[in-house]
Amino acid sequence: MEKRNAKAWLYLFPALLFLGFFMVYPLIDVFIYSFEEGYNFASQTYFGVGSYNYSYVLRDPYFLQAVKNTLILVIITVPLSTAFALLLSAALCSIKPLRNLFQTVYFLPYVTNTLAVGLVFMILFKKTAYSDGMINLLINWFGGSSVDFIDGPYWAKMFVLCFYTIWIVMPFKVLLLTSALASVNPNYYNAARVDGTSKRRIFLRITLPMISPTVFYLVITGFIGAFKAYSDAVALFGTDLNAAGMNTIVGYVYDMLYGNSGGYPSYASAAAILLFVIVLTITCINLLVSKKHVHYS
Amino acid sequence: MKIVLQNLTKKFPAPGRKVQNEITAVDNFSFEIPDGKLVGLLGPSGCGKSTTLNLICGLLAPSSGKIFFGDNDVTDLPPENRGVGMVFQNYALYPHLTVRQNILFPLQNLKGKNRPSKKEMEQRVLDAAKLVQIDSLLDRKPGELSGGQQQRVAIARALVKMPHVLLLDEPLSNLDARLRLQTREEIRKIQKKTGITTVFVTHDQEEAMSISDQIVVMKDGLIQQIGQPQQVYDDPVNLFVAKFLGTPPINVFEGSIRSGQLYIGRNAVLPAEGIPDQEVFAAIRPEGFIPDENGPLSCTLNGIEVMGRDISIISSHECAASPAIRSIIAAENKIDATASEVRFCLKPTKVFLFSKKSQERIYLS
Amino acid sequence: MENQINYEKIEQSARTRKHIQRTLVYLLLTFWAMIVLFPFYWMLLTSVKSYGSYNAEHIPAFFTLTPTLQNYADAFTAVPLGRYLMNTVFFTAVTTAAMLIVIILSAFAFARLQFRGKQLTFTLFLSLMMIPNELVVITNFVTITNWDMRNTFAGLILPSVTSVFYIYLLKENFEQVPDELYRAAKVDGTSDFKYLCRVLLPICRPTLITITILKIIECWNSYVWPRLITDDAAYYLVSNGIQEIRENGFGRENIPAMMAAVTVISLPLIILFLLFRKKIMAGVSRGGTKG
Repeated sequence: MEKRNAKAWLYLFPALLFLGFFMVYPLIDVFIYSFEEGYNFASQTYFGVGSYNYSYVLRDPYFLQAVKNTLILVIITVPLSTAFALLLSAALCSIKPLRNLFQTVYFLPYVTNTLAVGLVFMILFKKTAYSDGMINLLINWFGGSSVDFIDGPYWAKMFVLCFYTIWIVMPFKVLLLTSALASVNPNYYNAARVDGTSKRRIFLRITLPMISPTVFYLVITGFIGAFKAYSDAVALFGTDLNAAGMNTIVGYVYDMLYGNSGGYPSYASAAAILLFVIVLTITCINLLVSKKHVHYS
Repeated sequence: MKIVLQNLTKKFPAPGRKVQNEITAVDNFSFEIPDGKLVGLLGPSGCGKSTTLNLICGLLAPSSGKIFFGDNDVTDLPPENRGVGMVFQNYALYPHLTVRQNILFPLQNLKGKNRPSKKEMEQRVLDAAKLVQIDSLLDRKPGELSGGQQQRVAIARALVKMPHVLLLDEPLSNLDARLRLQTREEIRKIQKKTGITTVFVTHDQEEAMSISDQIVVMKDGLIQQIGQPQQVYDDPVNLFVAKFLGTPPINVFEGSIRSGQLYIGRNAVLPAEGIPDQEVFAAIRPEGFIPDENGPLSCTLNGIEVMGRDISIISSHECAASPAIRSIIAAENKIDATASEVRFCLKPTKVFLFSKKSQERIYLS
Repeated sequence: MENQINYEKIEQSARTRKHIQRTLVYLLLTFWAMIVLFPFYWMLLTSVKSYGSYNAEHIPAFFTLTPTLQNYADAFTAVPLGRYLMNTVFFTAVTTAAMLIVIILSAFAFARLQFRGKQLTFTLFLSLMMIPNELVVITNFVTITNWDMRNTFAGLILPSVTSVFYIYLLKENFEQVPDELYRAAKVDGTSDFKYLCRVLLPICRPTLITITILKIIECWNSYVWPRLITDDAAYYLVSNGIQEIRENGFGRENIPAMMAAVTVISLPLIILFLLFRKKIMAGVSRGGTKG
C-alpha cells in the first residue's frame, strides 16, 4: 500500500508542484498583499496591515471609471450577444444548404488573435486627419456625419468596444446553441406542428425551455468573460487605457501592477479581489434566478 | 371521417450525393380507411409504415399521389390545418410542462373563433384526462410518470382538440409486456367510445391482430395484403404475410406437387388436385397438425412443452425451413414423450401452398 | 364546394409564408457572415495596398488594382516579426508539450491509481477551477520577478503548464476505458506506465488532440502574461509584437505593413482551424471557454 501511495503521488507530483507555486500560493498571497499597507516593491517592505488598499482603490477615479466601463460593457454585450446568438443559431438550424459554410465562417473569430484583429477594427473605425475610415464612409452614405470611434466621444468608443466584444464572443455562443438546438428531439417539433403551434410559440414554449441549461451556461460564462474584458480594449485603444478613458477592471489591475503607472501589487490585489467579489455575487444571483427558470431534464 | 390514400409514393434521397439514387419508402399506396374504424399498419421495421403515417398527418409531403380526408384533398395542406391528433413513439411529451399544461398545449394554439374560453379549455382537459384515467396526475411532470401513464397523457393530448383522425406511431413499443396488453385494450376502448378514425403503426403482429378492424401488411413500401385480421391470418396471399402473422410462427416446408398430391419429403401428405406439378413452399400453421399414428407426415420428436390448455410439440424434419417445427394440439391428446418419432395428419385449411419462385399463394381448388 | 376553396387558400398562404421566412433567414445569415468576414477581407486588402496609395485614399477603396507584396517584406525586415513568430512557435510548442506531460500523469493517477487522499485531492483540484486567473497573476508576476526570470522563456512558460480543467477532461476520458483492459494488462505483467503509454494514450487520442489544439490556440493568442513578463522585444510573442508594432512600429504610421503583419499572425491559426474544423468545433463545445 505504501509503495502504491508513493507511486501515485509521484504521478501527481508535477501537477501539484506547478499548481502549488502558481495557483495555491498566489491565491493566499493575493489576500495578504491586499491588506499590506504601503508595500514597496523594490524593498519588499510594508508599513502595516489594514484595509487602506481597498479604500484607496475604491476612491481612485480611474478604478471607478474602470468599473463603470466594465459594467456598461457587461450590461450591453451579455444580453445582446446571447439573444443575437440565439437568433443566428435558430436560423442556422432551420436551413440545410450552406449550413456548414455559415458555421465555419461564424467560428472564425474564435481562432483569431484578439490583439491582431482588434487592430483591423481600429483601422476600420478610426478617423484620421487624411481619411475618415471605412465605417464613417458607410455612415456618410446613409447621410450621417463622421465620428471618431477611437479617439472621439465616450459613447462612440464604447460602441466599438461592445461591437468588437460581441464579434469575439459570438462563435462560442453560436456553436453551443446550435448544438443544443440540434439535440432537441425532432418529435417535439413534430408533435407541436401537428397541434398547429405557431413558430413563435414553438420557440418560446418548447425550444427555449429545452435549451435553457445551455442558455443559462452561456449567460454565466458571458458575465464572467465580460467582467474580465481587457485585451479587446487594448487592441482597440492601445495600452494606455486610462488615458483613453476606456480602462476595464482587469486593465486597472494590470496597470497597477506593471507599466508606467505600475509597481503597486497591493492596490492591484485589492482591485482583483474586488473584481472577484463582484463576479461571485453576480454568478450567485444568476444561479438563484436560474433555479426558477431553467429546466434540467 | 374516412381517409383515402391514392397512389401515394414517397421517395427519399439516398444518403450520399447522387440524385438518381433514391429510396422508395412508400410505393404506390392506395387504400381507403373507412370512417370510425381502427386500422393497423403492420410490417417489419423499414417497411414504410411510419412514413405512411407521417404522410397522412402531413409532416412529410408525398412525392406523388393524393390524400383525401372525407371529400377534401389535403395533400398539400400543412399538418396544423388537417385536424389530426398524433401520438408519437416516445410520446414527445414536453418534459418541462406539467401533464395539465401538456394536454392544454394544443388548445392554446387555436386562434380566433375556434379558441375556446379558458373555462371550456379547463373542462376539455379534464374530460380528456378522465377518458384516459389520468385525472389524478394532472399536476405532475412527465418525468414523474410511468411509461403507461405517459402513454395515456400522450393520447389525451392528441384527443383534446377533438381531431377527425387519430394517428398512433408504435404506441406500445416502449411499454413492458403486461402494460402492453392492458394499454392496447384501453386504446381499443377509447377508440370505440370516441368513434374517431384511427390509424396505428406497429411491427408487432399480435398487437395489430388483437385490436384492429382492419390491418394493412406492408413490406418494402408495398402493400402486401389488406383485410380483417382473421381473414388475413386464414388466407395469406403470399409467403411473407403467412410468415409474418401468427405466434408461434407458421412452419414452412419445402415440398413439391406431383400428380395432384403435395409431397413433403418422400410422403404424399395432402391431396392437391388441379395444381400443375411444381416445387412449392408448404406452410402449416401450428394448429394445423393432428397427431395420428398412421399420419403421412413423419417428424423426429425433440420435445414436448405442456402449457396447460394445450401442448406444444417440438419436432424436426429434413424438409423444414427452420430447425424446429412447432405444433400446438389440445391437451387431451396423449403423446409419448419418449418416442423418437411423431406422425401427423394435416388440416387442409391450415396448410398454404406458395410458388417457390414468386412466393405467391397457390390456391387449392 | 366552399370548403374546397378555403383549403386552397390555406395551402397558398402557407407556401408564401414559407418562402418569405426562408428568404429572411438567408438574409440574416448572410448579413452576419459579411460582418464576420469583412475585417478579414479589409485586412488582406489593406495589406496588399502600397503605402503611398493607401495614404492617398481619402475615401477608402474596396479593392485595389495594383496589389503589392512589399508590405510583407517590410513586416519581416523593418520590425522583427520573424522573431516574434519564432518566439511564439517555441513558446507554444514547449508549453503545450510540457502541459500534456503534466496533465497526462495526473489524470492517470486520478483515473486509475488507488491512493490515500485521492478523493480529497481531486476535490481540491476541482475547486481550483473556479479561481480566476486575474487573482493569481499578481503574485506570479512578483514570484517570477523575484526569481529573475523576467524576459526568459522559463518565466513565460512555467505558470501555464498546468490546467486543472484539462486534467479533469482527460481523467473523465481515461475512466471511460473499460477496467478489463487494465486488469488484462496487469495479468500480462504490464507496468502502469507502460499501460498508460501503450493502451490508454492511443485509445484517448481524440481527446488528447482536442486538448492540444485548444492549448495551441490559447498559447498563440496569449497576451496578458507575456506582456507582464517581457519588456525586451527579443522575447515578445506575436500579441505583444503586434501591440509594439502598433505603438512604435514602422517609424511612421504604416498601416498596410501593419495589416501585413496582422495577416501573417492570424494565418497559422486560421489554417489550423480549416484543417481540423470538426475537431476544433467539437472540442470547443466540450471544453472551450472564451465567451
